[in-house]
Amino acid sequence: MVGHGYIQSVTNQAAQAVSESKVSGSAPDRRAIVQIQGVSKLFDDSVAVNNLTLDIYEGEFFSLLGPSGCGKTTTLRMLGGFEEPTSGRILLGGKDVTYLAPYHRDVNTVFQSYALFPHLNIFENVAFGLRRRHIAKSDVARRVGEILEIVDLPGFEKRRASQLSGGQQQRVALARALINEPTLLLLDEPMSALDAKLRHQMQIELKRIQTQVGITFLYVTHDQEEAMTMSDRLAVMRHGVIEGIGSPKDIYDSPTTEFVATFLGASNLLEGQVTESTEATTTVRVAGGAVITLPTERLPRGLSGSPVKVGVRPEKISLIASGVEVGRRNSLRGRVLVSTFTGVGNQYIIELPDETRITVYAQNIGDDTAPRSGEEAILAWPVEHTFAVVPMAGASIEAESES
Amino acid sequence: MEQPVLADHPGGLTPRRRSSWGKRLAPYLLSLPAGLWLLLLFVIPLFMMLSMSLKTCSPASGACTMTWSWGELPHVVNQYRAQFVTSLEFAAVATLIDLVISYPIAYWIAFYGGRKKNFFLIMLLVPFFVSFVIRTLVWQFILSDNGFFIGFLQNHHLVSQNFHVLGTGFAVIAGLAYNYLPFTALPLYVALERIDRRVLDAAYDLYANRRNAFLRVIVPLSIPGVFAAFLLTFIPAFGDYVNQEILGGTANTMIGTVIQDLFLATSDYAGGASLSIVLLLISLVGIWFYARVLGSRSIEEYL
Repeated sequence: MVGHGYIQSVTNQAAQAVSESKVSGSAPDRRAIVQIQGVSKLFDDSVAVNNLTLDIYEGEFFSLLGPSGCGKTTTLRMLGGFEEPTSGRILLGGKDVTYLAPYHRDVNTVFQSYALFPHLNIFENVAFGLRRRHIAKSDVARRVGEILEIVDLPGFEKRRASQLSGGQQQRVALARALINEPTLLLLDEPMSALDAKLRHQMQIELKRIQTQVGITFLYVTHDQEEAMTMSDRLAVMRHGVIEGIGSPKDIYDSPTTEFVATFLGASNLLEGQVTESTEATTTVRVAGGAVITLPTERLPRGLSGSPVKVGVRPEKISLIASGVEVGRRNSLRGRVLVSTFTGVGNQYIIELPDETRITVYAQNIGDDTAPRSGEEAILAWPVEHTFAVVPMAGASIEAESES
Repeated sequence: MEQPVLADHPGGLTPRRRSSWGKRLAPYLLSLPAGLWLLLLFVIPLFMMLSMSLKTCSPASGACTMTWSWGELPHVVNQYRAQFVTSLEFAAVATLIDLVISYPIAYWIAFYGGRKKNFFLIMLLVPFFVSFVIRTLVWQFILSDNGFFIGFLQNHHLVSQNFHVLGTGFAVIAGLAYNYLPFTALPLYVALERIDRRVLDAAYDLYANRRNAFLRVIVPLSIPGVFAAFLLTFIPAFGDYVNQEILGGTANTMIGTVIQDLFLATSDYAGGASLSIVLLLISLVGIWFYARVLGSRSIEEYL
């Protein structure tokens, strides 16, 4: 028996930290249209999804973000009805759909490869769902016309899927799902086959369509930029567990685990130990001996006594000349190792006395005081832009972020 | 002396210039064996057959002279119309039986065969490692009037005592259906196997239940395979003479038997050649129709 006990026992520290964390996903007064309750999925003996609990609210654009193998696609397939959970429940609009066949649930999917029907023209592809539900013919024609208008493909009815470009096929796949006005629309990495420019265009387009139709979107992706651009809320998954959930801004500014801090954007992380914690601020002594202050609300609960990593995003750090007032900021002293001009700005790699390296992005705003390689520099950043995360045990992040 | 050539750097030490002639001739040289094969064993016999159908042969001596007479073609078609109709019927029924039997088998292997797909395919083919004639002779044994099958039915009074199968059209159809089954099953399998499972997921996602998904997605997508299976079974069954010879007795003569008789028994080479040409034309019409409906690319893929 693939026991429940096994799943319980592998529940790791990170998951607990999240469930107790201060980032609760700022739930607005909206109805949870999807409720995933303690869902686990085992394949043979590997755990794809581990005791996942998640609410998705009506009308929101929600993203599941994570590297390949993190369980995000399995979660999507369980919502679509293509996989059955090993344990747990899934509610859709309050109704238990855990073991319902895909054709019996009010959920539609935009597949990664679009999966258009090659033997049908665009009209019949889009009308497929309506026809299966015996919608009147005149309504079908009208609704197909309308939805093709929305996805910006009017007049494409008679063409075959193979005659369309990747971007157009994706719009057809979207229209084919949206026309059924599902309670929940699932999108399984729909942009992965598009080139970068088209992808960017489609991100804006998709957000527009979602706002226009008002349907709840669950978007699965490994691309953090994509998730941040479009989502109202997003969850970062790793090893079948949600490690962080909230609005893109919340998660970016206040990650709770080392994985989230590095998978979603770049972070500078310094190992340390909490030395003092009041209601407002917490101080951490880092490896090099410096003391970093952060708002206590950005310290994941339960970490007061244990080792933590304090972090700051590269763009939050300023390089200041010696003698300038540091004020209510954290500061570190280092030496510029590499300075790279990237057009929109400069990227610096600063080496601290203990050989820790810190990345700094400075915008190109015509500041000529930029330090050069080899020069001394003082790093400073506001206390409120400092966060602390649960250190990650085991494998390196770089290896996992590959997808 | 040969220069040493590094394995990962072919010709890297001294860039040897390959002769542009060799480069240009290489594809032709490589296709030469196959080309010769086709020429010797297909093109030349085909033209010999064509020219033979234009000759006139004396029934007495069997000697043929070139007379450029085109009359032989309509003549044999008229004369052997009954045998053409019989062949058409037998081949059509046998093909239909094969399609009905093979589709579920191919479907099951393609969708539920899992990791043992190849094993099941081999199992399907194992009986056909035995020679065509021997297999048909075994059918003669199975269907014979005192054989265990008919005998069993007779002993249990399920059929009358003078009931027999051997020597009837049913026996020929059974033999044809049996012998050409793999030619039906394999193209069907290929067509079903290559259906994108994600397209099937999409059908389920769009409210198609299992029956609808099968009828609206799987069946239409397997049509090229059905056509290929039909051609690969029907054409050889249409010209077959072994099954009729061994299982059909003297009645129910098929066109293949007529051709064999004309060549080997009555030495009417012109007539036999003309009938063969007609058979060839019928096959070509089938293939042409297939290409028109489904495109010539799917011919490459399935036939």
